[in-house]
Amino acid sequence: MLDSALSVFRMGRNMARLMEGLGVTLEISVVAVGLSLIFGVPLGLMMAGSNRPLKWLLRGYLEFVRVMPILALLFIFYYSLSKFWNINLSALTVSIFVFTLWGAAEMGDLVRGAVTSLPRHQWDSARALGLSEGQVSFRVIIPQAIRRLLPGVINLTTRMIKTTPFVFFINLPDLLKVGQQIVEVSGLRYPLASVWVYGFIFIIYFVICYPISLFSRYLERRWAS
Amino acid sequence: MSLGPDILKIKDLKKNFGSLAVLKGLTLTVRQGEVLVIIGPSGCGKSTLLRCLNGLEPVQGGQIIFGGQYLTDPHINWSRTRQRIGMVFQNYELFPHLTALDNVLLGLIRVQKRSKTEALAIAERWLTRVGLWDRRGSFPRQLSGGQKQRVAIVRALALEPEIMLFDEVTASLDPEMVREVLDVIVNLAKDGRTMLIVTHEMAFAKAVADRVIFMDEGLIVEDAKPEVFFENPATERARRFLNIFQFSDIHKPQEPSASPLAKEAQDVKESNDAKESNDAKDSKEPELS
Ligand SMILES: Nc1ncnc2c1ncn2[C@@H]1O[C@H](COP(=O)(O)OP(=O)(O)OP(=O)(O)O)[C@@H](O)[C@H]1O
Ligand SMILES: [Mg+2]
Repeated sequence: MLDSALSVFRMGRNMARLMEGLGVTLEISVVAVGLSLIFGVPLGLMMAGSNRPLKWLLRGYLEFVRVMPILALLFIFYYSLSKFWNINLSALTVSIFVFTLWGAAEMGDLVRGAVTSLPRHQWDSARALGLSEGQVSFRVIIPQAIRRLLPGVINLTTRMIKTTPFVFFINLPDLLKVGQQIVEVSGLRYPLASVWVYGFIFIIYFVICYPISLFSRYLERRWAS
Repeated sequence: MSLGPDILKIKDLKKNFGSLAVLKGLTLTVRQGEVLVIIGPSGCGKSTLLRCLNGLEPVQGGQIIFGGQYLTDPHINWSRTRQRIGMVFQNYELFPHLTALDNVLLGLIRVQKRSKTEALAIAERWLTRVGLWDRRGSFPRQLSGGQKQRVAIVRALALEPEIMLFDEVTASLDPEMVREVLDVIVNLAKDGRTMLIVTHEMAFAKAVADRVIFMDEGLIVEDAKPEVFFENPATERARRFLNIFQFSDIHKPQEPSASPLAKEAQDVKESNDAKESNDAKDSKEPELS
């Protein structure tokens, strides 16, 4: 039985293709989550700020991204853009762009929620000590906001990773799609191929996502002590 | 007590929130070493006044002159000025992500740029004075309300401000913790610190004040020595306000525990007893010199 499993992975370039698929999944996840964090923080601070027109604009952006299925966004930016404006972006670029567009909006909303949930007098008492505006943000507000932010950010990160298979629809073979192709081809010779391949993919997703939730639990425990 | 020169002058101070005029041309002079207790009905502008004094609220008119410097100058460096004006608020405003010690160290290290060793020595001295040095590693949520307020007070004091502003620092405390916090302030008064204290604790006000400022509707209505103000207020408004704190009229010893009011009076008495037993406990702790 184990033999048949090993044969599935040994056949042709199967293992190499799975690794390429994993590479696509990881690249989109890591880059998009990273960019979402970088853009999400200032976006969230603006959403929590006092500039009304800007707040409405960002609110509109957030709602737009939330209402649109990710798949539709991928299609719009991959197919429509190239048709109408003759912009040709690679599927990977479009994927990272769309996932960042979505992630930054959600991240911004998380940051907004975390910042506005802090009691007003935290700002006052920090200022009353003579801290500069930058010190108020970096020494008092952001450290507290991060603690409130953590569960939501972990949740968003794993959601983004789990949504990456959609990129196949713009012809970018990610881990899951490669696996499906392998199962289709080798399923006749090895009836258990689907078990082995999907089992392998399950383990890979687990290996990626589980440390993230372990890490967040570790931080929560450290901050709680 | 010998009083120093004028340290704070407020002239015709005006503060509005939108169309609501909260301070309507308030004038007040404070001398160095003076303890002013500010009292008045809810919403009369006491908190707003204190917040204007350290730049937490922009003002719409008038002048504030502190140690020769115009705080109403729009170009003022608030970070530097606020180190000279300590403020403690009603709500527990310790930073919850920092230990008691780190709360005290933050201003010393980040604002005053002191070395770690120097800052630690200052923090130790102050936390010891309020009996909390052995709780230095505790986070705010592990401290009682009274302990949190004592840390908040020394966090402000550690920066050696020239004046301290207290805004109802005991208002959110359980009755049995009020005393330990007020004792700290009483001892600061004995040190000759200049303080502006907003409070609803009338017995404390009587004991600690050099002058009582009675505010109503954004103006100072009375400015008098405590023995004069509490025994014989000049205005009807002050008299009515002080009546709120008089419980003696509702005692009806001939029908005990008959009415809810009598029950309330009983509760007040019990909480006073609790305060007394707290005194006994407090005397074991290191005292403010
Ligand atoms: N940020 C604000 N925006 C609008 N109105 C405010 C604001 N802060 C205070 N006010 C109003 O200003 C008035 C004075 O408020 P302030 O907090 O100074 O009263 P106070 O004398 O401290 O009352 P209390 O004894 O209840 O603490 C109130 O009518 C209050 O509603
Ligand atoms: Mg108030």
